[in-house]
Amino acid sequence: MNFDDTPEEAAFRQEARAWIAANAPKHLKEELELSGFGGLYLKSEDPMQAGKAWQKKKAEAGWACLHWPKEYGGRGATPIERVIWGQEEGVYAKLSGLFTIGHGMCGPTVMAWGSEEAKRERLPTLASGEEIWCQLFSEPAAGSDLAGLRTRAEKATDGSGDWIINGQKIWTSGAQHSQWGLLLTRTDPNVPKHKGLTMFFLDMRSPGVEVRPIRQMNDQRSFNEVFFENVRIPDNQRLGPVGGGWNVSLTTLMNERLSIGSGMPTGFPDLLDFAMATGDVDNPAVRAKLADWAVKASGLKFTAFRALSALSKGETPGPENSIGKLVAGAMMQDIARYAMDLQGEAGVLTNAADAEARGKFQAMALRSPATRIEGGSDEILRNIIAERVLNLPADVRVDKDVAFNAIPTSGRK
Amino acid sequence: MNFDDTPEEAKFRAEVRAWISANAPHDLDEDLKKSGLAGLRLPGRDIMAESKAWQKKKADAGWAVPHWPKEYGGRGATPIERVVWQQEEGLYNQLAQPFAIGQGMCGPTVMAYASEDLKRKYLPKLASGEEIWCQLFSEPAGGSDVAALRTRAEKADGSDEWVINGQKIWTSGAQYSDYGILLTRTDPNVPKHAGLTMFIVDMKAPGVEVRPIHQMNGGRGFNEVFFENVRIHDSHRLGAVNDGWNVALTTLMNERMSIGSRLATGFPEIFGFVADFQLPDGPAIDNAAVRAKLADWAVKSSGLRYTAFRAISSLSKGERPGPENSIGKLVAGVMTQDIAKYAMELEAEAGVLTSQEDAPAAALFQNMVLNSPGMRIAGGTDEILRNIIAERVLGLPGDVRVDKNVPFNQAPGR
Amino acid sequence: MNFDFSDEQKQLRDSARRFLEKQSSVAVVRRVLEGDEGYDRELWQGLAEMGFTGAAIPEEFGGAGLGYLELCVIAEELGRAVAPVPFSSTVYLAAEFLLAAGNDAQKKNYLPKIAAGEVIGTFAYAETAGEVTAERIKATVSGGKLSGTKIPVADGSIADFAVVAAQSGSGLGLYLVDLTGPGVTRTVVDTIDPSRKHARIVFDGAPVEQLGSGDAEAVIAAVYDRAAVLTAFEQVGGSDRALEMARDYALERIAFGRQIGSFQAIKHILADMYVSATLARSNCYWGAYALSTGSAELPEAAASCRVSATKAFQHCSTNNIQVHGGMGFTWQFDCHLYYKRSNLLALNLGSLSVWENRLIARMRARNSARDAA
Repeated sequence: MNFDDTPEEAAFRQEARAWIAANAPKHLKEELELSGFGGLYLKSEDPMQAGKAWQKKKAEAGWACLHWPKEYGGRGATPIERVIWGQEEGVYAKLSGLFTIGHGMCGPTVMAWGSEEAKRERLPTLASGEEIWCQLFSEPAAGSDLAGLRTRAEKATDGSGDWIINGQKIWTSGAQHSQWGLLLTRTDPNVPKHKGLTMFFLDMRSPGVEVRPIRQMNDQRSFNEVFFENVRIPDNQRLGPVGGGWNVSLTTLMNERLSIGSGMPTGFPDLLDFAMATGDVDNPAVRAKLADWAVKASGLKFTAFRALSALSKGETPGPENSIGKLVAGAMMQDIARYAMDLQGEAGVLTNAADAEARGKFQAMALRSPATRIEGGSDEILRNIIAERVLNLPADVRVDKDVAFNAIPTSGRK
Repeated sequence: MNFDDTPEEAKFRAEVRAWISANAPHDLDEDLKKSGLAGLRLPGRDIMAESKAWQKKKADAGWAVPHWPKEYGGRGATPIERVVWQQEEGLYNQLAQPFAIGQGMCGPTVMAYASEDLKRKYLPKLASGEEIWCQLFSEPAGGSDVAALRTRAEKADGSDEWVINGQKIWTSGAQYSDYGILLTRTDPNVPKHAGLTMFIVDMKAPGVEVRPIHQMNGGRGFNEVFFENVRIHDSHRLGAVNDGWNVALTTLMNERMSIGSRLATGFPEIFGFVADFQLPDGPAIDNAAVRAKLADWAVKSSGLRYTAFRAISSLSKGERPGPENSIGKLVAGVMTQDIAKYAMELEAEAGVLTSQEDAPAAALFQNMVLNSPGMRIAGGTDEILRNIIAERVLGLPGDVRVDKNVPFNQAPGR
Repeated sequence: MNFDFSDEQKQLRDSARRFLEKQSSVAVVRRVLEGDEGYDRELWQGLAEMGFTGAAIPEEFGGAGLGYLELCVIAEELGRAVAPVPFSSTVYLAAEFLLAAGNDAQKKNYLPKIAAGEVIGTFAYAETAGEVTAERIKATVSGGKLSGTKIPVADGSIADFAVVAAQSGSGLGLYLVDLTGPGVTRTVVDTIDPSRKHARIVFDGAPVEQLGSGDAEAVIAAVYDRAAVLTAFEQVGGSDRALEMARDYALERIAFGRQIGSFQAIKHILADMYVSATLARSNCYWGAYALSTGSAELPEAAASCRVSATKAFQHCSTNNIQVHGGMGFTWQFDCHLYYKRSNLLALNLGSLSVWENRLIARMRARNSARDAA
């Protein structure tokens, strides 16, 4: 056990720190520090441009997706080096929000299932931020029950080998900014639901793709509906075998868990700073709350670190890492409400100019309900822990071994 | 809406108060005050004898089970009068504990299903505390899933008697009960809810054996009850053969009618405790962290109280209290446990002490912490209560059932 | 960076587990729980022979000189086995007080015997209900004699010696007292977990030997931080075992024609138990590292693992009973051994609110230093 850097790690940290000191957009630091939870509040620069510029700079110096192989735009770094980089990049990592899904989920899926040609064409521009990717899995009738999706992919009748896509996706983060998308479709509705799926990647500018932003309860529009009407995808953009899409999607989701070093924000450091600034930290009632969250926050941090050690030893991080979002999501919501409570009547204010802590806790209160749902709801995560970590039996299923088109659903009873 | 007594209610209350002040066993006051949630403790006295004496006195004056009809030992009181009685009886209500199940659950079931003869035979003595009843539903393989019970009742050849074989568990008070209501399986070849039948059983009958269960808190309030060829006359059947599930629902429904009875939460106890308890920087009640906790429990406690009162108002209007009353135990059980742990936390190192002499607050909270896990299980676990609220109050569908419409003897998990 | 125990430490864990499964079976725990024995002698001797009582005692004082990471590993297994032995009193407290404040003669006198399992030691601190503070200590040393009453003293009825906090003309001090000597009256008191006996000790002119001359409060705080980490490992071991018991029962018990573990109401209870046990474990690893390196982070890490592990063990032991239903409430099933131990460990060393308060005070100090820099 060693919570400190080895000499090699210290040298790496030094190198990363020096490069960041010399190259980071320090003029954005203050604004970045105030951002978070529900958005990047950059006023002095266009957030998209600032994000792309920083990513490009990192890519040129070999700091983009540093754990990826060099030939695909990374630097072949170890998991620990990746964490060190994350610690050093600190507040500037907030500029990378646009690329999270592409780097964390789409890229690894392409890396695992794409042809060498596809990898060399697509991954470096994804790493450098030139192209943004989105992930098109969820549908109106297939949220927690992802394999219940209905978007059809059918072989074109013109003998081209192309696929024709029709259907609708929902909750697609960043679709409006994306050049590419990772798309899970149904190719065979006559077999049980997990067996008739196929994965593709597609150019989001293809004819027939329509993106409609969803106005969220916090008045932002980061999620989208995406409609497909006779969209054509060449067969060489298929990932994995026809009918093997469920397995391919598991790679994507597994890689979501590999993003463990990064750690979910919980809002705790923000609350502690706030309570210190206001003097509330002297109140025993506040301390009791803070202590509860403090140990959850440190528990999450070191749970992620432990997973990292397992990863460094070649173990594959498993479903046990589901706890990160499960704990952090609810915590963020509780913390936001408690911080607003400490603000008294002023807690209702949301405008950065009027609100305490520039409205960050109000933004968090409005964003956190989504955190507890997106990428696996709290309930699904508990099921994952219970079934895949603790080995409890699955719930009684009425849709298993039944042909997809015979399963009862909300839309089709 | 009127949270105060009407003139009639005020008059009734005055009458009750006068009678109690003249007749209650005041010599027990000190011990009763100390008992509460830790369980009844009357040093140097026979609890059962004291309980029976008080119940008898009430019965003689017509105050035993006031809401029952006069002919069965009550006084035909209204639901509100019943609540007024309970409020006034206060401390002494702890003495009615041995009769709670008989009067709250068995009596109403007998009233609904037994012949007039049996009602006149059994109910007055149940009311007066002369005879004690228990409820024999749960079994080792049928706890939360009561209908999975296996105790068999078979008609004896060529007689009017049934022969009972099997085992019950978690039977409160079986060790001192005279009678019990017993749910049995009469037909294992039909789905599980459809093959049950209810009886009145004489707990002194040959073949009945009661074995107390040693609980984790050291107590022995629950029992296992074994039946070996116990004979019950058909006249003691409650409801039709194979209609026992419906009869059992009457019993359970009546459990919920006992809503006026004060559900213990531990709140008054901890509120009293922190008023005197000293933290290093002053009285605990002045500490902001303590206050935040107390406030949370205070509103739960008053919320439960007024939820119960609202149910009484609907009862007064002739509505039947429904599954919404499941929230009482659900909230109170966890709350008692949390309160006890918090009080021990305030006591710090000394919180580990459990004897009345050494422990702060005469070990009240230590006893609560050891009792409370049972509260969250007995009479419906927290999980079952949440299912009841979700399914029967909110109208959500039942869980997928693999044992419905399957003959009991072919159901999975047997 | 490496956030895991080494392979050697894991082997130590495996051998400790095998040993305790045999020597600290529930039959052994129940014998102490239900009897007047005070502790299991054979188990205590066995732990000494395995080198566990002296794991962190330097070799020059007869210890195994393994280190604190190893002691953490052992503590977790003791917690898992709800071992009925005076290990925490003797090893986490008495030995640590000697190491922190003892002179060479005192160390040489006691530490080898602790390592050999020949003596049992304890720390006598609390006198009244509520958080223990220096002002609340009334026991007094005058002319080398101690008078006053300490309650509850863990293992006080079986200990050979105690470190006692008492007032003297110059304020709070620490003293070594021979509990088998004159002026000492000990009575076993009932506690929430009778598998670990506690006592009331009345001192009436008991001869004492001063232990260290520095700031006694600072020594106590430092030793408590160390003991908090080790106790937290016991709590984590207990949490894990309670979770396993609940999981196994959820797989075995059938209701409504299904394993109860297939109902989400039960699954989610178990998932939440896993979450609290995991967060506590991760905090404990931090505590273990800080303890083993003497890091400046120890006070914060210790309070974090103490708070986290106290909550986790109470949560897991409580829900273990809930998942077991009525059977969990019986004396016959083992659930209550864990429930009782969780409530005991939550209060020995000071309760949750005390440590919560301490944690935030320490975090505030750290952040203030950061902001000043």
